[in-house]
Amino acid sequence: MNSLDLQTLGLRAINQKLQSLEAKTNEREWTITNPMGQHAIACGLTVPIEITVDGHAGFYCAGMNQEATVTINGHAGVGVAENMMSGLVRVKGNASQSAGATAHGGLLVIEGDASSRCGISMKGIDIVVGGSVGHMSGFMAQLGHMVICGDAGEALGDSIYEAKLYVAGSVESLGADCIEKEMTDDHMNTLAGLLEKAGINKDAHSFRRYGSARKLYNFDIDKADAY
Amino acid sequence: MDDKTPQASPRPSATFDDYTMSEIRRAASTGIYDIRGSGAKRSLPHFDDLLFLGASISRYPLEGYRERCGTEVTLGDRYASKPLQLKIPITIAGMSFGSLSGQAKEALGRGANLAGTSTTTGDGGMTPEERGHSKLLVYQYLPSRYGMNPDDLRKADAIEIVVGQGAKPGGGGMLLGQKINDRVAAMRSLPKGIDQRSACRHPDWTGPDDLEIKILELREITNWEKPIFVKIGGSRPYYDTALAVKSGADVIVLDGMQGGTAATQNVFIEHVGQPTLACIRPAVKALQELDMHRKVQIIVSGGIRNGADVAKAMALGADAVSIGSAALIAMGDNDPYYEDEYRKLGTTAGSYDAWHLGRDPAGITTQDPELASRLDPVVAGQRLANYLKVMTLEAQTIARACGKNHVHNLEPEDLCALTVEAAAMAQVPLAGTSWVPGQGY
Repeated sequence: MNSLDLQTLGLRAINQKLQSLEAKTNEREWTITNPMGQHAIACGLTVPIEITVDGHAGFYCAGMNQEATVTINGHAGVGVAENMMSGLVRVKGNASQSAGATAHGGLLVIEGDASSRCGISMKGIDIVVGGSVGHMSGFMAQLGHMVICGDAGEALGDSIYEAKLYVAGSVESLGADCIEKEMTDDHMNTLAGLLEKAGINKDAHSFRRYGSARKLYNFDIDKADAY
Repeated sequence: MDDKTPQASPRPSATFDDYTMSEIRRAASTGIYDIRGSGAKRSLPHFDDLLFLGASISRYPLEGYRERCGTEVTLGDRYASKPLQLKIPITIAGMSFGSLSGQAKEALGRGANLAGTSTTTGDGGMTPEERGHSKLLVYQYLPSRYGMNPDDLRKADAIEIVVGQGAKPGGGGMLLGQKINDRVAAMRSLPKGIDQRSACRHPDWTGPDDLEIKILELREITNWEKPIFVKIGGSRPYYDTALAVKSGADVIVLDGMQGGTAATQNVFIEHVGQPTLACIRPAVKALQELDMHRKVQIIVSGGIRNGADVAKAMALGADAVSIGSAALIAMGDNDPYYEDEYRKLGTTAGSYDAWHLGRDPAGITTQDPELASRLDPVVAGQRLANYLKVMTLEAQTIARACGKNHVHNLEPEDLCALTVEAAAMAQVPLAGTSWVPGQGY
């Protein structure tokens, strides 16, 4: 295990070090100490290394991640794992707004709660939230899965495309064109697999599924009052 | 009244003119607002309302065709370790693959290469062909983040964070389903054939404090190499420029309301935003007050048509200009050659703006393979390069006549205005006077 002290080394030096590692490196495990809520920690990583951020992280931690596993032993600021392409990001605490925004792939696990706009414009990522999510989560969500073990705030899945949302608790309200959908065996299996992968012990049968009614996919003036 | 009684001519209403009445009838018939491409079509104060004074006894001109007048420009040397070096101060504005055909994007790259300048991606991401055909490629970072990925980010020569555009400041966009073929759909991670909404707000930042952190993240991901542009619509240019500088931008791209768009509501295009002419001086003032003029470069776009427009934008403080609509026209958009086909579409060459419907006879704003194949990217690229060359020569001609050995040395003192409005917006004297509106009597 290699240790990098952010307070001593500074953000640029740490990111530069981690970004320069090659896929075949033997130095696979790294801990970043004293993160102090700084922004853009461990962003732009490209190889399958394991990073532990030992404390709270600011905005965009693990942004645009590819292949790496990043664990945050604390809370995460706005846009954790934004535009992630692959890999795994785990937040042990809570996450601020726009967690996993626009991300194309990989798995984001938030063990606590996530604030508003979780999974906004998600494009293929899988997100598992152990707690609840705030309003407008899944806004314009395109692809991927979002699993919410707690409750969802208002306007869940507003203007959603093809992403699939699973909620165990209550949903304050659904957004435009988002409806509850049938939970088939395939969906149940997918959900159970995601929970297992995330390491969250929750019965898949306690969830309900939400997705797009696909009524607003092509502009129709007679449906303009839906927005 | 007999037939010898003098009759007044029928008098059309200036308020309810032919176009206005036809639009009322169209709206009454369809129940939907008009959507179109292009920029503001109404008459606006513009660069034509300015004139250069030229040299005189108190100003010494440079010899045409003999004495050098520089046109090179460096963009993004505030923080980026690899700023853009352009041979001419005219860049190609962001236009997406999806909105434009692959052939059109290739032609833009080829033309820009020949001229020694950059081209820009649009909403929908970067195609390998576009990267391959563009020596200098600016990668737009838009609210939708369609196709956004870190590999392409690192392949770019600069990154342009799009906050707004002149045709629709505060608005998003919609690429209609008929232009969404398999490839466009895959690039945007959405099903084929459905309308694709381009968001109006970025999903993970709000306001200048967040933008500063977003810029930090993009720099960290790209090793602080790439210049970061921030594109703003002509809305509040003074404050937006100041805030973009505060957020850490290397370059400001300022787009006035004559700037084109792929598609939005006509009412939005014509009634939101400010004319390009009105935007430049407030933005430059913000840079000067921050001691950042020429340190943070400013690119002006929206209705740039010729070398005179280029020179006038420079004189008002721009470091470079950007063209979109004019580049498409140079490649063949709205060419009378296709008049018969424009007529079949209910329009005429010069007025065609249904870019969103994908039936462009010139093969530019379409994804239809047959139509797109009409555009030869090599020929169109050469036409664009020729046009860029002419604009550059024209700007140099004017600069020499004003005694400047570089187009950047043009200044407001070289200008006068033909109208009170233009004088007020450009903050130069009304022709024949020393009066600058707003600066005393």
